[in-house]
This record gives sequence, structure tokens and C-alpha cells, in this order.
Amino acid sequence: MAVGAEQTRRTWWLLSPALLTVGFFMVLPMVILLVFSFMEADPYGGVDPGFTVEAYVQLLFERDFDDTLAYTGIYLGIIWRSIALALVATVGSLILGFPVAYYIARQNTRTQNLLLFLVTLPFWTNLLIRTYAWILILSTDGVIEQPLKAIGFLDGTLDMMYSNGAIAIGLIYTYLPLMVLPIYASMEKLDFRLIEAASDLYAGRYRVFREVIVPLSTPGIVAGCILVFVPSLGAFVAPDLLGGGRKLMLGSLIHLQFASSRNWPFGAAIAMCLLAIVMIALMLQARSSARRRAMEVA
Amino acid sequence: MVEDGRTAIDIRNVRKVYGSGGGAVTAIERASLDIADNEFFTLLGPSGCGKTTLLRLIAGFEATTEGEIFLYGDEIEDLPPFKRPVNTVFQHYSLFPHMTVAENVGFGLKMLGRPKAEIGEAVERSLSLVKMSDFARRKPSQMSGGQQQRVALARALAPNPKVLLLDEPLSALDLKLRQAMRNELKTLQRETGITFVFVTHDQEEALTMSDRIAVMSNGLIQQIGSPLDIYERPLNRFVADFIGDTNFVEADIASVEGGVATCQSAGGLEMRAAVVDGHGVGDRVTLALRPEKMSLAASANGGAATPGRIESADYLGTSTSYKVMLDGGVTLAVREQNPVDASTVLAAGDAVHVSIPVGTARMLVD
Amino acid sequence: MTDAARTTPDIALPDAKVAGKASGQKRKGFEVGSFPGLKTWTWVFFIYLYAPIVVLVVYSFNANNRAQKWTGFSTSWYAKAFSNDDIQSATINTLIVASAATVLATAMALLAALALARGGRFKGSTASLGLISLPLIVPEIATAVATLSFFVVIGIQFGLLTLIIAHTVFCIPFAFLPIRARLEGMDDTLEQAAMDLYASRWKAFRYVTFPLLLPGIVAGAMLSFIISVDDFIISLMVAGAGSTTLPLYIYGMIRVGISPEVNVISTVMLLISLVFITAYWLLTRGDDHTVH
Repeated sequence: MAVGAEQTRRTWWLLSPALLTVGFFMVLPMVILLVFSFMEADPYGGVDPGFTVEAYVQLLFERDFDDTLAYTGIYLGIIWRSIALALVATVGSLILGFPVAYYIARQNTRTQNLLLFLVTLPFWTNLLIRTYAWILILSTDGVIEQPLKAIGFLDGTLDMMYSNGAIAIGLIYTYLPLMVLPIYASMEKLDFRLIEAASDLYAGRYRVFREVIVPLSTPGIVAGCILVFVPSLGAFVAPDLLGGGRKLMLGSLIHLQFASSRNWPFGAAIAMCLLAIVMIALMLQARSSARRRAMEVA
Repeated sequence: MVEDGRTAIDIRNVRKVYGSGGGAVTAIERASLDIADNEFFTLLGPSGCGKTTLLRLIAGFEATTEGEIFLYGDEIEDLPPFKRPVNTVFQHYSLFPHMTVAENVGFGLKMLGRPKAEIGEAVERSLSLVKMSDFARRKPSQMSGGQQQRVALARALAPNPKVLLLDEPLSALDLKLRQAMRNELKTLQRETGITFVFVTHDQEEALTMSDRIAVMSNGLIQQIGSPLDIYERPLNRFVADFIGDTNFVEADIASVEGGVATCQSAGGLEMRAAVVDGHGVGDRVTLALRPEKMSLAASANGGAATPGRIESADYLGTSTSYKVMLDGGVTLAVREQNPVDASTVLAAGDAVHVSIPVGTARMLVD
Repeated sequence: MTDAARTTPDIALPDAKVAGKASGQKRKGFEVGSFPGLKTWTWVFFIYLYAPIVVLVVYSFNANNRAQKWTGFSTSWYAKAFSNDDIQSATINTLIVASAATVLATAMALLAALALARGGRFKGSTASLGLISLPLIVPEIATAVATLSFFVVIGIQFGLLTLIIAHTVFCIPFAFLPIRARLEGMDDTLEQAAMDLYASRWKAFRYVTFPLLLPGIVAGAMLSFIISVDDFIISLMVAGAGSTTLPLYIYGMIRVGISPEVNVISTVMLLISLVFITAYWLLTRGDDHTVH
């Protein structure tokens, strides 16, 4: 069919600027990063020619003065902290966001739109500034401590800053809208009559929640968890500002290698690990949604 | 098929397949038909039968896979929709939401590069034709469905097309409005003299408005004919079943005399019907009997009525629909006009006699 | 009905007399699907979401020269911030980069959205969609160091140009999504109707598609702009010495010690974002009833 071929050609012409831009300035750089991770580090930053897996070895082992490898848990610890904090952020967002998504889905369209707008609004403001605001709140003599001291409830300091807890609060705060929106989206599609049907068939509040609401909003829950987990894992701003650079996460570790430590291959290798974890998370989601679709078809 | 007058649209061996390979879907198996100039022609069939696809092929929104379409003698296959002198009234009107009614109606002529004055006149003329002159400055969102429908009609008529294509234009309207619009469409077609090709799944719409109807199913044209032809002389089981209610009775041809066959059904019911090509004595055939052509009586009255018993009676207001089990075992649906005293209607369990006038049974091809 | 085998659910109905007794009080009734505390929880949620923003704005009026300790009301930091040359040049850089990236990204996103929403299903449509949304999926820090490495390899001078390139890439999906959403919500029979009425492909776009798509295009452009203005991590990696943007400047100030000037710029940037996003929301809100 001549018409079809012409249409396809036009489609590709229209697509090409965007595809070429992303391909050339995003995909190609990723490939270069991958290559960098197998090259030798230049002490002044950048890389030197030569193939080596040193960067990946470095993740697990320390090279002693006599060139023997000794196991070190430092970087695995950072990876572990990143995953743990990302999980805490994910679960925290879910607990905080799920009831809100449900509440919003039950309002009339006007209120729904307004509440959704209010949920997303902070998300579009500067990440740095939003995180910085938490410094004002959590720091010594900050918004929380100052009044507590004034009424005599507190002596000394709570020392809330530069802790895992502070990072978690910052992460949850940053990515919370990404949890609420997909859950809301799947709940909004949920036929409210199903809840009535369940109530009619003798399910109490808790059973309705467990047997109807949760199963039917699973796609949204999974999507929300992925959307919070992935960026939390690679977060840089929250650990940097609220962890004070003391509690490193993957994002800050990568930045450190490219900025002050000047070990680019090692930074590239960590970035590849980060991408690998992200890819695994995305594949798990794709598999669960494929399974769900297969079940719906059957 | 068209004996006098010019042919407006000539569709020859058209075939339409969507996609290719294993996922290919055939929308039109093969279709050939002629539509005469100035005719109100209807494509009738259930959803998915290919009627809308055929319309879109004429409009140029889709390309045929095989076959040719001629418009007043010219092949139009290679013309894009904006070079075909046909206009479409879309199912959901598809009025441009950002333009006023007048701008919508004048759009076609504007695209054709006509002078402003001419466009203004044509817009006025078209709007008055559909009685919407007072709405020229409104936006589509400020009008009811029925009003939008009229504007869509005016918009398609304004460039004075040779053929107007209507894709289920009444389906989104409520019943009363739909019935009123039927008459208006018919009148409009007569006044303008434009050839109308009308797509619908509503048999009543097709029967009341059309000069001729093509009944489609599964991508094939099943029968083309006048409304009377289609209803009274359905060619096959699909047409008989799709249009109106029908009893289908299997019967064997016992004898043929002067083109009329005497058929015998199981249980000894005897019926006479015109023979269709390819059938002879001894063949098993299907006979179609319209319920309203038959009548019931409590007693035999000495005529050639067949005795039976009423299995169920459904009161429908103007008429009552009965299921009658004949003594031979055949069940027939019979519809009777309700008498003045509706309390005298027959009830389930009553013994009755069914009379089947000559000419009621119609032999089908398959 | 003598259907003895029928089972009735074993549920005790409330005694009529007991129910009657309670009728004097206000009846609560059972609302299907409601959960206790839901509304309170939602309030807590929104307080958590907005408290930091309120704190930030309030503290920008703090008289103290240590940002996080409140001592009194003052607007003096506003005066200081607005007369700061570094802040001014950072603002100009930010606006240059954001404008350029917005124009480029929106133009490319528009073409891509038209292709994907109107080109029908074709081989590679899913892959194209994936490629366009790639910047949304890859963690920002990875994109940042990859882009840095790329620029080092091709030997380009770090500055406004590298910023514009990097910003354009990650703005594309943000411009793309609202445009595509608008296109998909738009009945494609409108374009067919235009072509049926003698509009060529270009005229159908010019008179029908484009005007109807405009709110989506503006929305996409605004989203791109705000994303570019707010970007920090990627800018941190690819900015040159003379191309500091506002977020980079703010980061620098937070690093060296917090002065209330940070609160001031942050508040101003916050307000700009809020204005943009509110405008965006008002633009896209009408989507449901303007098209169809």
C-alpha cells in the first residue's frame, strides 16, 4: 500500500529530531559512561586509555600497599544504605500517600482536580529549595527545636540533622506526589459500585479494603513504588544536604568520584550498578503488569 | 441495477483488509454496487458488517485494498479526501470546537478559496435549510445534540457536494428527535437533489427514508433493493432475520407447479412458496413467514386453518405476540392487532387455529 | 415461596425497639466505602507537604544573619539579594538556558507527538516512545555524569551551550507528555472532517489541529521551562565557570554557610514556579470540555 508507506515515512521524519537528540545526547553518553567504567583512572580527573575491571574490583576490595586485595564493606554498605533508605522512602510514601489517594478519588471531580493540583504543586518547585527548607526545620535551633526550647521542653539539641532519618524524611517529601498520583489514577478507574457490592455482600470496612480496594489498585501501588524507589536510590540532594555528606548514598558517591575524588572509572562503575538496580526494578514491574494483563485476558 | 438516470457512485469489486499477515482483518470481503444520481441510498447492517468502512472508502479516509470506486464516471481511488467532491456528516458530528457555527459551515468553501461574500451567502443558505440561522454565532459547545446535528448537516451541504455521506448521523439523538430528523433528512434530500449515502444499523430508519437499501453482513452485500423488496422478499436467512421478525420453518419441496412449490414441513404443515433458483422437488428448504401476515381464530371456521395451542401471549400495546405450538409440532410466532376490547385477546393454553394466507411463505436461498 | 432449601445469611437485624430508642439522637448512618480518620490523615498529609514551603517563605523575612534561627521580621535580605550582582547574572543565565531549551524541546516534542499520536501503529512506535521518555527513567545523577563524560570526549567547552543541550534533552519528555495527552484526547475525526471539507493536510493542521492543540503546546512549554529553571544535578555537572545558574548559586550558598539571602532567592523562585504551574493547571484543566 503506497499510502501506508508514505505515512510511515512522514512519521519517521517528524520523530527524527526528538529521537536523534535523545539518542545522541543521552544514549550515546550512557555508552561512553559504560566504556569509561572499564578504563583506567587519570589522577587529574577523566580517564586514561587501557582496559581494566579495576573500577568494579574496587567496589568490593581494597588494594593494600603490597597490591593484595582485601575485602572492604564500605561501598557495599553504601549500596545497602541506598537500597534501605529508598525502601524506607517507598514504604513511608505508600503509608502516607495511599489513604490520601483514596480520599481524593472519593471526592467530586472539582475537588479531585483541586486536590491533585495541590499534591503536585510542591513537586514542580525546586528540589534543592524544598530540601533546603527541611534544614530550616530540622537543624539545631530550627523551626522544631526553637519553640520546644522556648517553652522549656527541650534542653540541648535533638540532633535531627545529618541522620538517616533526616534523609528519609527528605526523600519521602521529595517523591511523595509520585506515589499518590498513580494510586489515585487506578482508584479513580475503580468502579465505586464494586465497593457497594462488597458491602452488600457482608464485607465490613476492613474486608472491603483488603478484598476490593487494595487488589484493584495494585497496578497503581506497584507503579507508585517504582516511581518513588528509582529516584530515591539515585538521590543526591537529600543525602547531600540532610545527610551532610556523612551518610553517603549512591548518588552522592557517584558525584564524589566525578567531583573531588577524581576517580571517573569508579564513578562510572557505580553509576552502572545504579542503572542495573533500576533496570531490575523496572523489569520486575513490567513482569508483574504483564502477568496482570494475562490474568485479565484469561 | 440502475436502469435510468446517471450513476453517481459505482463500486466495483472493492475489498478492504486492515493490517497484514496473521493479524489481518477483512472489513469488506467483496462489494459491488451502483448508486444512482439523486438517490437516497442506505447501507444497512449490524456493527462490524463493513458499512462504515465502505462509506470511509468513498470519502477517501481509507484506501481500498482491491477494486475501484467511480464517482460520476471518474476513478477517485488516488484522490485524497480533500479533492473528492463528496462531504461527510460524521456520527458524532465532529464540529470544530474552536469555531462558531458560521465558521464551521463556511470552512469547506474557505478551504476551496471562495470569496468571502460567496461563503457568507452559502452559510446563510445552508443554515436556513436546516433551520439554524439564529445560531450562526454560537459555539458548538453551546448547543444541544440535535442542534449540533443540524449544523453538521449544514456544514457538509454548504460546499454543495455531489454526494453526501451520512455515517449513522441520528444514532446519538434521542428517539423523538430521531424520528423528526428522519422526515427532515428525506425532505432535504428531495429539495437539494444531492445523492445521499446513509449508513445505519437501524432497520426502521432504513425502511422509512431510503429509495434503495443494501443490506450488509460480514463484509458482504446480502441484498440490494427497495424497502419493500427487502422486507417482503428477503433473499436469504440473514436479511429475513435482520429486518423485522420472522419464523423460519424447514420444509421439503413436495411438488412444483408453474414456479410455485408446495412444501411440507415436519408435522404435516403444508405451505406454498415461489421457487428460488437451484431448488427442486425433494430439496430441504427454509421458508420465512412474517408473524403479522398470519392470523389466529378460536374456531376453524371451515377454512384451511391449522389447529394448535397457544404457548405464550405477550401483550405489546398495539398488538399481541403469540407463540403457537401447532398440532404437528411446529412452533410459530404470530402477531395479531389488538381488538377494540382488549380483554378478549387469547391467552396461553387456549386452543386456536392458525391461518396462513397464500403468499406468506417465502423460500430463501439458503 | 416454599423454597425451604434456600439459605439466609446468618445476620441478626437490629431489634426494632432498640432502633426506635435511638431515633431521638442524631443518626450517624453507615457511609459505604468510608474509613474513619481519612480526612484527618489527608490534612496531615497536606500540612507535611506545605509546611516546609511556608517555613521557607516566613524565614525569608528573618532579620537574623543565620538563616535557620528566627529573631525578628525584616525585609532587608530582599534588598540585599536583589542588588547582588552574582544573583543577577545567575538569573540571566538561568533564563537564557531555560528559554532556549524550552523552544527546542517543545518544537521537537510537538513533531514527535504528532507522529506518535496520528501516525497509527507502526513498527518502532513503542521503542520511540521509550526513547523519548528515557530521560524520565534514568536516575538524574547517572544522566549527569554520562553527559559530563560525553562532553569531555567530544571536547566541547563547558558553558551555556552545554547547559542548553543537556536541558533540551531532559525537557523533551516533559514537553511531549501534555502535547500528546491533548492530541489523544482530541477526536481525530476533526482532522478527517477538515480534509473532507477540502482542507489539505497542512491546512487541516493550520486551521484545526494546531489551534486545538495550542493549550497543550503552551502547557508543555511551561513545564519544560520550569523543569529547566529548577534543574540542579545535571547543571552541576555540565555548567562552566561563567555559566552558574540560580540553583547552582543557591547550592553554593548553602554549602558555604546559610545566609537568609538563600531564603529570599528560594522564595522568589518558589513563587515563580507556583505561578507557572498554576497557569499550567488552569490551561490544561479545561481539556475535558473544550475538545469533544
